[in-house]
Amino acid sequence: MFYRENGQFKTSYAADQQIFPIAQDRIAILVILLLAFVVVPMSVSDYTFQAVLIPFLIMALAALGLNILVGYCGQISLGTGAFMAVGAYAAYNLQVRIEGMPLLLSLLGGGLCSMAFGVVFGLPSLRIRGLYLAVATLAAQFFMDWLASRAPWVTNNSSSGSVSAGQLSIGGWAIDTPAEKYLLCLGLLCVLGLLAKNLVRSATGRNWMAMRDMDVAASVIGIRPVYAKLSAFAVSSFIVGIAGALWGFVHLGAWEPAAFSLDRSFQLLFMIIIGGLGSIMGSLFGAAFFVLLPLVLTHVPHWLGLPLSTASATYIEHMIFGALIVFFLIVEPHGLARLWSTAKQKLRLWPFPH
Amino acid sequence: MAFFLETLFGGLMVGMLYALVALGFVLIFKASGVFNFAQGAMVLFSALAMARFSEWIPQWLGMAPGMLGNLLAIIVALALMVVVAWLIERLALRHLVNQEPITLLMATLGIAYLLDGLGPLIFGSQVYSIDVGMPKDPIFILDGMFEGGLLVSQEDLYSAGIAALLVVCLALFFQKTKTGRALRAVADDHQAAQSIGIPLSRIWVIVWSVAGGVALVVGIIWGSKLGVQFSLSLVALKALPVVILGGLTSIPGAIVGGLIIGVGEKLSEVYIGPMVGGGIETWFAYGLALAFLLVRPQGLFGDKIIDRV
Repeated sequence: MFYRENGQFKTSYAADQQIFPIAQDRIAILVILLLAFVVVPMSVSDYTFQAVLIPFLIMALAALGLNILVGYCGQISLGTGAFMAVGAYAAYNLQVRIEGMPLLLSLLGGGLCSMAFGVVFGLPSLRIRGLYLAVATLAAQFFMDWLASRAPWVTNNSSSGSVSAGQLSIGGWAIDTPAEKYLLCLGLLCVLGLLAKNLVRSATGRNWMAMRDMDVAASVIGIRPVYAKLSAFAVSSFIVGIAGALWGFVHLGAWEPAAFSLDRSFQLLFMIIIGGLGSIMGSLFGAAFFVLLPLVLTHVPHWLGLPLSTASATYIEHMIFGALIVFFLIVEPHGLARLWSTAKQKLRLWPFPH
Repeated sequence: MAFFLETLFGGLMVGMLYALVALGFVLIFKASGVFNFAQGAMVLFSALAMARFSEWIPQWLGMAPGMLGNLLAIIVALALMVVVAWLIERLALRHLVNQEPITLLMATLGIAYLLDGLGPLIFGSQVYSIDVGMPKDPIFILDGMFEGGLLVSQEDLYSAGIAALLVVCLALFFQKTKTGRALRAVADDHQAAQSIGIPLSRIWVIVWSVAGGVALVVGIIWGSKLGVQFSLSLVALKALPVVILGGLTSIPGAIVGGLIIGVGEKLSEVYIGPMVGGGIETWFAYGLALAFLLVRPQGLFGDKIIDRV
């Protein structure tokens, strides 16, 4: 009853092609952005920032990048941890080796290096497909693991193998409170999310989806596989690289190569599968699910009064995570995003029966 | 020359072990079209089961720990893997029948997480040792040809022998028995097999049980080498390049691929490693498999991917 397009007529092409054609959606997004940028920094505790919101934002960005590659272009990639690592280490190197390098430029530089790395390790996709490609991308993951721990120039000759980002600041604005870090991540997520949304609505995005659906047919009608696949790898690893740099600089502060291990790649893949492949919203849902689940799992037994040792709590968490993944895949293979759009469809009629 | 031969032998034997792990992948992929990422977790789970039961069974039955206890433990662990296979088929696979490969992949990853949590929860998380009587001292062969002979690990030799025996048994099972024929029929074409009356779900339980059995053998072998601990589930990651090199649908491919990867890994670590800082074992296998794939995208013995528009 409230969520209808009744009476909303578009009078220009621009209005017809906007991302949120329904006015209620636009209002909702405005409210959410207002809450996110203004209300949350003033009212939420530091712990919530550090444990929930900042990891959510950075993982959402990384999941967004991966969704472009896997969900929109159909190239299964298990090397995301490596792309994040490249972004993080490249940004770190730019930050420490160049005097007075602005933070945003080093983040972008990290993204660009990750883009180059992604394109190089995306070259096999021109020849290999499907599960073979998935395992081939593992080569990127293990290669980067090795490079980060064996090549001294990656860590700027750090003796312990771990690096730490120093004080973050943009212009004169020093970013040291969790609320400011949250705003930085939120800003980057909004900008890159908007870019990604527009990219997937454009011809490039349609090329990607054509490659995903049937690449032979796509090349028959004139879509060049090289450009489509490599651009997907490039854009995806750019975004993932920036997410990796943020993960290291903002969330971790100091990190060693194990922070971007194979586990991370699997986690991101989980996020986009549960959230919904081929959906920008889905990446956000998946990241939220992934960040909130361990918190729920640690707090619920506490509330119910069941004592659990930390070791068995971790194992039970593993088990519940695995079981939930299988459950979600059986019940809704298109993920939470599909559940959300089904709900919106039902909302168009509510409370009327037809 | 002697050192090169030693490295070669070492590589061949390690390769046989990788081939054994890869066999589990290939079996399941052939029969149910699922790339089983949970194979490593199954190795860990079965090894943990065997290790703990070989301690518990002598206690429960009041006998001294020894070969009989080990044998009973192996039988119990095998039965447990059959139950696990049945549960996986019933609760997960049956409902995911026609989904896309990535969905099935993720489902097996979920199962892997589940087993990774369940195993240590039930059986404990310390490092357990398995002792099935394999001699640990190395022997020296070819004394006459080379000064002092070539060092060969007896344990590896026995393991390679067991692996070869297992492959022969599996080959006989597939070729000579009725169930083996049914498995091959299902691997060729699910729908055709169903249409002539082969019960698909029962076949899948059998295949996953056989893969579980293979995982148990792998777990016992690697467990007696390294001790049963969490890193055992990472052995499966070593077997992935073997699988893609040999082809996802080919058992001889798994063997040949395993040998190539094993030899390549050891030789590269010894001869190329020192030049680039060492430790390239972790990704060299993947690089090698990748190089092969660029020339032959379906792996050495895999089914050619034919695209139809």
